[in-house]
Amino acid sequence: MYTQAMDIPDESGKKLASVSNAPSEQEAAFEARIEADGRIEPQDWMPEAYRKTLVRQISQHAHSEIVGMLPEGNWISRAPSLKRKAILIAKVQDEGGHGLYLYSAAETLGTSREQMLEGLHSGKAKYSSIFNYPTLNWADVGVIGWLVDGAAIMNQIPLCRCSYGPYSRAMIRVCKEESFHQRQGYEALLVMMQGSEAQKAMVQDAVNRLWWKCLAMFGPPDADSPHSAQGMRWGIKRISNDELRQKFVDATVPQAKVLGVTLPDPDLKWNEARGHYDYGQIDWAEFWNTVEGNGPCNKERLATRVKAHNDGQWVRDAAQAYARKQQERAMKEAA
Amino acid sequence: MTTPALKEWPLWEVFVRSKQGLEHKHCGSLHAADAAQALHMARDVYTRRQEGVSIWVVPSASITASNPDDKGELFDPAADKIYRHPTFYEIPEEVGHM
Repeated sequence: MYTQAMDIPDESGKKLASVSNAPSEQEAAFEARIEADGRIEPQDWMPEAYRKTLVRQISQHAHSEIVGMLPEGNWISRAPSLKRKAILIAKVQDEGGHGLYLYSAAETLGTSREQMLEGLHSGKAKYSSIFNYPTLNWADVGVIGWLVDGAAIMNQIPLCRCSYGPYSRAMIRVCKEESFHQRQGYEALLVMMQGSEAQKAMVQDAVNRLWWKCLAMFGPPDADSPHSAQGMRWGIKRISNDELRQKFVDATVPQAKVLGVTLPDPDLKWNEARGHYDYGQIDWAEFWNTVEGNGPCNKERLATRVKAHNDGQWVRDAAQAYARKQQERAMKEAA
Repeated sequence: MTTPALKEWPLWEVFVRSKQGLEHKHCGSLHAADAAQALHMARDVYTRRQEGVSIWVVPSASITASNPDDKGELFDPAADKIYRHPTFYEIPEEVGHM
C-alpha cells in the first residue's frame, strides 16, 4: 500500500514512541532485510533514525520540486513561441506532479502534508539551493533543463533502488518523466546556438552562471558529508556525492562540445590516468551561504510560494464546503 | 500558517487501467475534498502521458489491509503445499506439452 495513513490516523506519535524501544528481534529483521537488499514498506518496523532521515530527505526533495516550478514558471508568459510555451507548461506541471508523488511517499512515514508545508513556508525546511538563483534570460530555461535536470537525473536514478519502497517507486515515476525535461532544454539550446551572435552569447552566459551551482547540487564532498555513510549503509543513498558529481561532469563535457559552448572552469581537463575529467574547486562558502537563506532569491522564492498557497486558500475552502454540502444532501435524500 | 481545508481533505488511493483488457493497478495517492475532485486530480497527476483509459479512486480509510505481523500465519501455510503447482507432477516426455 502506498500510504499508511489508514493504519495510524491520529495517533502516529504514540505509535512511533512505542516502537522506538522495540525488541532487538525487529531490529535484526530490519537489518537482515537491508543486508539482503530487500525493500522496507510503510507498515514494517524501522529504526527511528531511518524514518527521520527519510522524512527529511523526501520532504526536502518534494519541496525542491515545488519551489523548482518558480524560476521556470516566470518564463511561461515570455516563452519565445507557442511551441516552447506549451513545452514549458508541461514541464512545470510535471514538477508539481513530482512534488505530489514525493509528499505522498513522505506521508507514508507518519508525517502530514500540513507539517511539511509548514516547514517549507516558515523557512525551517530546506530545498535545493539551485532554485535560489535568478533566471535572467530565456537561455536559462534551456540550461535548467540540460544541466539542472541533468544533475537531478544523476542523483535520482540511484534513488530508484532506494531501500524504502514508496520512495523508490516515486523515483521510478519521476525519472521516467525527467528525461523529457533534460532533452527539451538541450534542444532549446541547440536551436539558440544556430541563431544570432547575441543568442549564442545568451546561452554561454547562462552556462557560465549556472555551471558551478549545478556541480554544488550533488552536495558537499564525501569527506564533509556526515549523513552519507549511514545513508549508504541503509540503502537510502547508493552512490556518493563525489562519485555522482564526477559522472555528471564526464557526461556533460561531450554534450557541451556538441552544443558549442565552453564550461567556465580553467582546470577542466581529461585525466588519462583516472579515466575521468578533472575539475576545479567548488565555492562551498557560497553554497552554504545560499543554503542558510542568503542566496540572491531565497526570500523572493519563499514569498512567492507562500503567496501562491494563501491565494489558493479560497479554492480549498470552496471545494471542502461543496463536498460537505453534497454529503448533507445525500444523507437527507437517504433519510 | 494553518490551512484547515487541506487538513480535512481525506486521502484517496488511485488505481489506473493502462489499457482496455488489463486490470486497474495501484499507482499512488492524493488528497481531495470529494470523489469527483479526486478523479479530476488523479487524471492530472497520473495520466498526463496517456498512461490510462480508466481511473478508480478509493478513500484510503476504506481499505482494510493485512497486518505485516501476521505475514507468517497468513501466507506460510501455502509454502508446503507444493502439489498445488503443475511442476510437482512428472509426466512422460512423449506426452509433450500439457
